[in-house]
Amino acid sequence: MLYLKTANTWSACGSAITLPAQAPEVEIGASLALLIGTPAQGVGATEALRHVAGYVLVNDLSLPHTSYYRPPVKYRNLDGFLGIGPRFATAAAVGAPNRLQLEVRIDGRLRHTVDLAQMRRSAAQLIADVSEFMTLRHGDVLLLGLGAQRPRARAGQRIDIEARGMPALGTLSNTLVQEGASSDAGPPQGAKAPLGGSAAHVVASVGAL
Amino acid sequence: MKHARVAYDGAIHDALESDGQLLLADGRRVDFDAVTWLPPLAPLPWPRTILALGLNYADHARELAFKAPQEPLVFLKGEGSLLGHRAHTVRPAGVDYMHYECELAVVIGRTAKRVLRADAYDFVAGYTVANDYAIRDYLENWYRPNLRVKNRDTGTPLGPWLVDAADVPNPMKLALRTTVNGQLTQSGHTRDMIFDVPYLIEYFSAFMTLHPGDLILTGTPDGVVDCRPGDVIVTEIENIGALVNTIRSP
Repeated sequence: MLYLKTANTWSACGSAITLPAQAPEVEIGASLALLIGTPAQGVGATEALRHVAGYVLVNDLSLPHTSYYRPPVKYRNLDGFLGIGPRFATAAAVGAPNRLQLEVRIDGRLRHTVDLAQMRRSAAQLIADVSEFMTLRHGDVLLLGLGAQRPRARAGQRIDIEARGMPALGTLSNTLVQEGASSDAGPPQGAKAPLGGSAAHVVASVGAL
Repeated sequence: MKHARVAYDGAIHDALESDGQLLLADGRRVDFDAVTWLPPLAPLPWPRTILALGLNYADHARELAFKAPQEPLVFLKGEGSLLGHRAHTVRPAGVDYMHYECELAVVIGRTAKRVLRADAYDFVAGYTVANDYAIRDYLENWYRPNLRVKNRDTGTPLGPWLVDAADVPNPMKLALRTTVNGQLTQSGHTRDMIFDVPYLIEYFSAFMTLHPGDLILTGTPDGVVDCRPGDVIVTEIENIGALVNTIRSP
């Protein structure tokens, strides 16, 4: 399953992410972002990873919702709902993306581990399948995540995400605040640095459920 | 004024409509058929948000045998799917049903966050025409169109003009029509939208900030038909423009 995360969702590592007043909890979607280096159009799975410049950790937030039969824009695309960072690691430094395990800590306690080896489609296959109908351009970002059993967190809590045994990616930290308690997260500024500083990132996509 | 963005003489230019010609920003005047038309939008330093409405005309919902939605049914598109006027859109091999969707596209002009309906028009830069093609074969769920249906390369022609909001006194009072090879196949009116432009701006800006250059594609009325390679599709909105597109094979 694919969906888009819009630029208004970007939050830098270390920033506070605002939950709407009526939302007591948010789902934490620890994901690995693949940053596209060279354009991919109709590529096969065997060559697909050559189009990846490197990787960044992301926290793909979503308000809990039950209806599968509606596009979840108002649950997934709130301002600030994509933590990104703290740093970019090259493809060479990370190696095979699907062997990573992402750990989610809430207030310092390990609450969830996302094992990217459990994905139904590998990163390479995902790039191949997506590039069949939409060109992935330089600066586009494809998020690898798993939908099942996402832990939930509340305002006031701190979320840390890291890839086990992969210090090159650092630790992505964000705190949650309730609406009214923080300044607005400006959209594009937040994610610029960790994604490499290019002026024209074009999109974001995906998550697997 | 009507703004365009075109490639001409080895460069990309902003242009204005002027007496049936294009007036380039550098002062040159050129004919419409001397340029390559691009979507009439200035580039942004971050990804453009493109919101698109499904089933936003009562007659179209009826045509598809659905009851009208209780709240806007919205999905997102990537900028990579946009295409200029007078270009070609690919019909994938082996599909049975690909149809156009003539839509009024709203271009946001000011950062919009928690905007009230009464103020919504202050946040609009202008309007253009979108043709939001869909490949029915790939549609698994009407309420949840997937990216393969709605986010394909070449799948969303846009243009030819961005018409200033000041020149469109009432966007809810515009006739829409589509022709295929000159035959009228779709005819509707923006007054029949279920959720109108001010409602949509209030609704979206309540949970997501809209930025200058972001787009809202407001949905299509009834009358969609299958399009084949070689077909010339003209989606036209009164006072906004006539967007020409031709279907091609991969």
